[in-house]
Amino acid sequence: MHLERAHHHTWRKIKSALASGIAFASALLVIAPMGLVFFYLVVNGASSVNWDFFTKLPAPVGAVGGGMANAIVGSLELLALAGAIGIPIGVLGGVYLAEYGSARLNSVLRFLADVLNGVPSITWGVVVYGLVVLRFKGFSAYAGGLALGLIMIPLILRTTEEIILLVPNGYREAALALGVSRWKTIVHIVLKTASKGIITGILLALARVGGETAPLLFTAFGNHFWNHSLSQPIAALPLQVFTYAISPYDDWHRQAWAGALVRI
Amino acid sequence: MTTPERGVMERVEQPTETPSNGEPAPALTFQAKNVSIWYGEKRAIDNVTLDVASKAVTAIIGPSGCGKSTFLRALNRMHELTPKTRMEGTVLLHGEDLYSGTVDPAIVRRRVGMIFQKSNPFPTMTIGENVIVGLRLNGVRNQKFLNERLEKSLRMAALWDEVKDDLHKPGTSLSGGQQQRLCIARALAVEPEVILMDEPCSALDPIATAKIEELIYELKARYTIVTVTHNMQQAGRISDYTAFFYLGRLIEFGPTTKIFTNPTEKQTEDYITGRFG
Repeated sequence: MHLERAHHHTWRKIKSALASGIAFASALLVIAPMGLVFFYLVVNGASSVNWDFFTKLPAPVGAVGGGMANAIVGSLELLALAGAIGIPIGVLGGVYLAEYGSARLNSVLRFLADVLNGVPSITWGVVVYGLVVLRFKGFSAYAGGLALGLIMIPLILRTTEEIILLVPNGYREAALALGVSRWKTIVHIVLKTASKGIITGILLALARVGGETAPLLFTAFGNHFWNHSLSQPIAALPLQVFTYAISPYDDWHRQAWAGALVRI
Repeated sequence: MTTPERGVMERVEQPTETPSNGEPAPALTFQAKNVSIWYGEKRAIDNVTLDVASKAVTAIIGPSGCGKSTFLRALNRMHELTPKTRMEGTVLLHGEDLYSGTVDPAIVRRRVGMIFQKSNPFPTMTIGENVIVGLRLNGVRNQKFLNERLEKSLRMAALWDEVKDDLHKPGTSLSGGQQQRLCIARALAVEPEVILMDEPCSALDPIATAKIEELIYELKARYTIVTVTHNMQQAGRISDYTAFFYLGRLIEFGPTTKIFTNPTEKQTEDYITGRFG
């Protein structure tokens, strides 16, 4: 009896150790690719990341040095444009879904937003190409910003809605019971309570579109020089990395590695 | 809602209906007439007529699901926040119809404050901000006025001495009982005429409960209070009038001493003596 129990005890320990081991190995497998990517970027790109990279324009093929300053600034400008479109529409739409609207209309809107979230990003580039670039006869920062902004809208909409729905109803009732209007309750109580989550959602959406290349191909187009007007083509970091990476030149490849490293 | 003629008829009839059997009739804050409320198809309140006396505590008791919270929420139109509600009948506040088309629910709620079962100070605000939030969001900017009202409300809620040095701390840093008194201070700050309480002590320990009950007794001097409670002893301790609800109907209503010692209805007696519910 006693021996039998001891035997069970050892077997249980083995099972437990086995399960922990498998879980640990799985975790390693998840992290490993990320580590590899980072390692590769550092090995190939670190040598080209220097002060010049952040301050200089791209150098012609064969010339030494040069940087991606225009692409870094361009990316920031595009994100600002995209945010100006995506943040207000996404947040207000999320407020509508969570606080107003009928159950049936909301389920339709929610479904559409989820479908839009699944649309490949290059499709947005093509749509904006058709709607804006062709009509105004030229690639521009506006078009690029619009394409990225359109991608942001359904992303921010859904996260905002979900965060707002997490705000306990007791807070809404407490404010309404003080005679505060519905709108003020939403702005001052609900949105304030949910603000951290909403901001996280916005940052994630910005990070997501900040890494997009495809929608910019037909819209912002890219530019090897400083952009002086938002109605002109503009460079963006991921786009620059893409053009450099598919080029046949070794020094451009090095710059592409550096650009990818900076993006992280 | 009733048809307009019926509403007017009832209001005209009202004074003659008040019993005048020698005793002076108490001043009335609410007069609910033939109130029925539906949630979708479900009838939560069935033809309730009830008068609430001014500057007194009226307790609503009854088993879970009997409609007591729904009736309470109909007194400041909070039940309308639940989708698909429908109401018939009239509720008068000092003779004014709360449900006439021109009345803004926000104004009703400014006059009729509410305390909830679960204390709910706003987590993004300090203790001080929580108290004056109702005034601030209704457009009051005068800092001196706000500070005076802050202290006055906290004193009335018997919380001032405990928090006067911590007004900048988050409202949620207080204990459960203190949070509930903070919510009472928040409701008092907008100077309502009536305070509705929806089981204000059900989440509190006996000591915190005793403090709230004491507070209710003090507030009665200035305010009309309607409270819903599950706790019969509490209803007996704090209330002047008691209404017993069962399955959406008002079974019996009268002075608390009478309801508890000599109820007219068998159902009331069974509930109070613990035979069901």
